[in-house]
Amino acid sequence: ITEICGAKRVGYFGPAQFYIALKLIAAAQSGFPVRIESIKNELPLPRFMALKNDSEVRYGTPAELHGAKFQVPHANLEKNSYKRTDEGDKQEPKSPPMSPICSPPASPSTYQRIPLSYGYGKSRSALEQQHGAPYEVRHSAHQQDGPSSGNYGAKPALASSTLNRSLSVEREQLESSAHYSDDPWRITEEQRDYYINQFRSLQPDLNSFISGSVAKNFFTKSKLPIPELSHIWELSDVDCDGALTLPEFCAAFHLVVARKNGYQLPETLPETLLPEYLQAASLKPIRDCTRFDSYSEPLPGSQQTRDFSRMEKASAEEVPDNSALLQEAKKGQEDKQALKVSTALKTIPKEFQHLTVKTAAQESNALKSRPRSRSYSSTSIEDAMKKGEEPPTPPPRPQKSHSRASSLDLNKIFQQNTQAVRSGWLPPPPPALPPRPSVSQTEQVSEVELHPQKNRPPSQAEENTSAKKEVVLAQPPSKPARRKLRTETQGLETPELSPTINVTSSLPAVKPHLPVQKQSSKQKRAIQTAIRKNKEANAVLARLNSELQQQLKEVHKERIALETQLEQLRPVTVL
Amino acid sequence: ILVSVIFSPPQNYPLYIRSVPTENELKFHYTVHTSLDVVDEKISAMGKALVDQRELYLGLLYPTEDYKVYGYVTNSKVKFVMVVDSSNTALRDNEIRSMFRKLHNSYTDIMCNPFYNPGDRIHSRAFDNTVNSMMMQVC
Repeated sequence: ITEICGAKRVGYFGPAQFYIALKLIAAAQSGFPVRIESIKNELPLPRFMALKNDSEVRYGTPAELHGAKFQVPHANLEKNSYKRTDEGDKQEPKSPPMSPICSPPASPSTYQRIPLSYGYGKSRSALEQQHGAPYEVRHSAHQQDGPSSGNYGAKPALASSTLNRSLSVEREQLESSAHYSDDPWRITEEQRDYYINQFRSLQPDLNSFISGSVAKNFFTKSKLPIPELSHIWELSDVDCDGALTLPEFCAAFHLVVARKNGYQLPETLPETLLPEYLQAASLKPIRDCTRFDSYSEPLPGSQQTRDFSRMEKASAEEVPDNSALLQEAKKGQEDKQALKVSTALKTIPKEFQHLTVKTAAQESNALKSRPRSRSYSSTSIEDAMKKGEEPPTPPPRPQKSHSRASSLDLNKIFQQNTQAVRSGWLPPPPPALPPRPSVSQTEQVSEVELHPQKNRPPSQAEENTSAKKEVVLAQPPSKPARRKLRTETQGLETPELSPTINVTSSLPAVKPHLPVQKQSSKQKRAIQTAIRKNKEANAVLARLNSELQQQLKEVHKERIALETQLEQLRPVTVL
Repeated sequence: ILVSVIFSPPQNYPLYIRSVPTENELKFHYTVHTSLDVVDEKISAMGKALVDQRELYLGLLYPTEDYKVYGYVTNSKVKFVMVVDSSNTALRDNEIRSMFRKLHNSYTDIMCNPFYNPGDRIHSRAFDNTVNSMMMQVC
């Protein structure tokens, strides 16, 4: 079929080839011989297995440019996604059920436009079987710009969003959010990670703002026309303060991405892009955990990585929830962060009923977004990120003060776990405990670097997140830090990465499984301990500083003395 | 019948003009521009207090038609002018003030947008929506 429709000759599936191919598929399925003439017959729509909608594919006619265009971006997106090898594993099993024409998906190297016959026509909910690697919409958009720039209708962004959706839908079979798959304005975890990395590149503190001018320069680089950027800003700057917080930035970035993919900008900000929603997104999953027995979390490894966040909880969902919560906490605004994080942490396994305690809207949002997170790694990264983000104040001081290590380490550990999972191999078996940041982070970074191409954006996100976590973690402990401690203590029970725990072990970390009610006192203690340690570190550093200053003065004096001597000796020698 | 115009300092370029009934628009434009003189006069008359919420009130401009022109100046000398039909007697002074306040808030939001250069025409959709809703309220 590929040969007949001309793809082999042309080297890719353009719209025409795609239509012809689909027609040929229908012909073959109907028993007609696969020949060019077959497409002239009146054929039923081709049937593709494992797709929810039955033959709703709107192929068959070249008039279906819409669908074809949609497919093309899908293909490209798939390409990108397939580049992530770790996700590729997941996609392999999916490819078999796909129609034969879609066989190439497994080979990332084939940069052919794989006709995603999974019908765009088959509503987005049908994308479950599709390859799910979360892709970088912008990434793919850039890639697609070259060959397919002309083909983008209004659907490509939709396609990518639906692809994201399908990925998340795949994971979340139990997720009752069938409506999710139709929403192109939802931000997937991978997208969120990418956005967060970008935010970090502009503003190290995830809890602070990006000023207007900085954001303007950044978004101008996207080469969208200024009026559109202006409109995007209006939509995303909800509090109209001239600066973008992290959720606002994510929303703006998402809008830019959508626009670049040909999507029309909405008149008002979609609900899923509201800052509160984005902040709460992470919190939601926890609640969902109670409802859903099993998140279709991608890989067992990812589950394992999440396990660290929950010991008792057998279901892997919790971990993603925690990570999501944590991440959401990170993403949240300062005033909301602590609350969210605390609520998120509260829900950390064991106490699912606490999930409902969370701030309703935010948590529901978080939970909702949680199921969509497709990649385990991203979720764990989110966890890590969230944990890292909890402390509101910025300056990163990564390894230095392990006094704050509890929260800090937790983040790093989560991060590490995420990264490890993401890389697709878990050299330490799924880290039950979040590895200590200083130790594990370097490992993780090296691991990540081993899979550069595959995990390019994810690893970036991971590295960034881990770096960010460091930054954030170094901040004075706050409520979120306390939560992290608690999680950490819980996670400590899992053996993984125990050697790295030594740092955190100094903390009153190894706490028994405490009921949530004792959390606050424990956290207070932990925070106070951390404060004390910080003060000690400060004192030490101040002393060191003064000593060095003293040495500097002495050296100066010596220098002056030597110079005067030299001056005195010089006339003698001259004579 | 409602017309609102925003003028920017210092040359009083119109940044934004919106009128609800689109006929006779030119007449409204003319009226608005002539009212600028009165606005400037009032500004110079004011000493320290720069913010003038309700600054201009014209009665009958022409014998054949009656409409009121209201003005509003911000701290940065941005002038808002609003023309309302006198037959719409339901509009009271307080309502005009609140309308100006809303306009001012929307304008501030536009200013916050880094992609907006002060002095450009205002193309913001959100701003349009605000103004439209306000005008719908009146008419």
